[in-house]
Amino acid sequence: MSSNPKEHTEYKSYLEEDGGRKGIYKWILSTDHKRIGLLYLYSMMGWFIIGVVLGLLMKLELIAPGQTLMGAQTYNATFTVHGVIMIFLIVIPGLPAVFGNFMLPIQIGAKDVFFPRLNLFSWYIYVLGGILVIISLFGNGAPDTGWTFYAPYSFKTGTNMLPAALGAFVLGFSSILTGLNFIVTIHRMRAPGMTWFKMPLFPWTLYGTGWIQLLATPVVGITLLMVAGERILGIGFFDPAKGGDPLLYQHLFWIYSHPAVYIMILPAMGAISEIIPTFAKKTIFGYRAIVFSTLAIAFVGYFVWGHHMYTSGMSGAALWAFSLLTFLVAIPSAIKVFNWISTMHQGSITTEVPFLWAASFIFIFMIGGLTGLVLGSLATDVHVHDTAFVVAHFHFIVFGGVGFAFFGAIHYWFPKMFGRKYDKNWAKTGWITFFVGFVSLYGPMFYLGIKGMPRRYFDYLPEFHGPNIISTLGALVMITGFVIILVNLINSARNGEKTTEKNPWGGTNLEWQVATPPPLENFDEIPTIEKATYKYD
Amino acid sequence: MSETLAHHDEHRDDEGSKLGIWLFIFTELLFFGGLFVTYAVYRHANSQAFHLAGEQLDVTIGTINTVILLISSMTIAMSITAMQKKDKRATLILIGITLVLALVFLVNKYFEWSAKIEHGIWPGSPLLEELGRGDTLFFGLYYFMTGLHALHIIIGMVLIVVIYVRVQKDKITHDNYQLLENGGLYWHLVDLIWIFLFPLFYLIA
Repeated sequence: MSSNPKEHTEYKSYLEEDGGRKGIYKWILSTDHKRIGLLYLYSMMGWFIIGVVLGLLMKLELIAPGQTLMGAQTYNATFTVHGVIMIFLIVIPGLPAVFGNFMLPIQIGAKDVFFPRLNLFSWYIYVLGGILVIISLFGNGAPDTGWTFYAPYSFKTGTNMLPAALGAFVLGFSSILTGLNFIVTIHRMRAPGMTWFKMPLFPWTLYGTGWIQLLATPVVGITLLMVAGERILGIGFFDPAKGGDPLLYQHLFWIYSHPAVYIMILPAMGAISEIIPTFAKKTIFGYRAIVFSTLAIAFVGYFVWGHHMYTSGMSGAALWAFSLLTFLVAIPSAIKVFNWISTMHQGSITTEVPFLWAASFIFIFMIGGLTGLVLGSLATDVHVHDTAFVVAHFHFIVFGGVGFAFFGAIHYWFPKMFGRKYDKNWAKTGWITFFVGFVSLYGPMFYLGIKGMPRRYFDYLPEFHGPNIISTLGALVMITGFVIILVNLINSARNGEKTTEKNPWGGTNLEWQVATPPPLENFDEIPTIEKATYKYD
Repeated sequence: MSETLAHHDEHRDDEGSKLGIWLFIFTELLFFGGLFVTYAVYRHANSQAFHLAGEQLDVTIGTINTVILLISSMTIAMSITAMQKKDKRATLILIGITLVLALVFLVNKYFEWSAKIEHGIWPGSPLLEELGRGDTLFFGLYYFMTGLHALHIIIGMVLIVVIYVRVQKDKITHDNYQLLENGGLYWHLVDLIWIFLFPLFYLIA
């Protein structure tokens, strides 16, 4: 293309600029961060559909006590694969890989990420990890360890867990490289005048997430390799018969996998912090408080992993230390909620679709966060540990938090990304159906958990029947909502009304100042930033 | 991919790519960090057995390998200085020496491992099971950690070969040698990890 001098009289968006390639090669060989973001979006959409179907199968099994659809072994494999797909292939890459890739360079006034080829390479690693997860389904049966791969069962089980664990290892690599790329991009490529505290909040959360990806992911990487060594060579790291300590596995695993929750939720919080000021037409309340709470979550979140292990037999001193830290990490999250609500206060709110998602995010996130404190305090955790309560809690945070923010973000940035409008009525119908379904799906599980229904069983006692019916019906309603959302978005991306409007929502950040859809390198001329961000005057 | 790449070649940012390799080094350190934690926990639990098992390792060969890696770190650092002084020939020779030293390290490692395996010590071997839990863990960690380190040596060597070719083709020059410097940083990391492995396995006994 460098041979082709830039004398376009007609405007060409990144979607029309094909780099001289045809068909699928336009996508899989392009180092354009926007195309890579969409590559992630499409791959994740495929995975998400599989994950949702597996989730639905579990809920259908639980519609009545006893075996209705599948036996114990199939159920174990189903929740394992559901977990592996949802965690490692969807929510961890989630917002950074899709919207981070697409929006980060534009929001900080750069032409691309710092390492464009590494960025494409990360996507290939992501695909490789996905293939490994698929391989694990064949052979000796799908893995049945749960997504946590707890030792010693993970190296004793006859099922095909090794490819799944290696898949998670490889996906971690992809995640590390994305994080590394974003950190360097943010450090080196901000537009002139964009000081750290003029940077929008979504890049800020990507920055915090990048550090967690970089510093926590390798720990789980080595842990999964150790499990592989255990399975292949019989080394004995986590095998009590050989002197190993299974508890050490749990520590090493959660040293990553708890911060991973913040890898998921921070960019979600970032997206919400973009959406709310735009639709309240008001400067974000407490910009710096949000920035510092982001960094605080990233930092403190590193030291709370032990709260997954209260019943594992740790020392009493470790227990209360982890409990204290868990309560501390709730503070910066609460600060954010306070800031979002204060931003809305006395704003001129328009209830567009992204705003509805953001508002319901806050509602769901509050429930998820507060029930997290029930689990974070020692005495109550012992009561609800390993029950449906835990499942409900983390689905409220991980699915309700990250998922709602993801849907909010896609409805927010959709016109910019595709240059087309979506049908707002269908989008609103999808949202309300999804929201109602979500609450009825996971809400009853809090009650069931407190009443003592354990998680990860294909069966339950008859007295749990009623709430389980509500929960399964909720799942059906939620999936109806999901189908409406998905069909509406796909249909709109293909046939929606074309738009070149730069700023349909009245946002203040740079992505609303470039053309719609953006040109290949985003800016003809790198802008100079003078004003602080989120200013409405 | 020309346009975006051409753009990045035009506006080269050495500081940024150095930041990138430093971040990658942080990741690598935490990657090995998990193993060092495991080592610490099991050493604490089996200090006597670790002590006796450590005595079975060959300190001479370990020392030789340590010296080899230290020298190789020096030669790669010297190659950067040579490049800054526009001496292409010296740069190539110094990179070449680094490669040879890395290879010698691996050959020594090979002999060291085969001697142990001949004596019936490998992960999951019947002899280890007889020797007991402390020995099993010690040698499990020994093979796993030095093996992973050897893998890093190989990755480093591939990187250095790429750098060698690029120096030869004048793709790396005295005013554009960031890749060489990044390769050097990575090589120092590989060296640094060994500096910790050596005392933990060979000397603490």
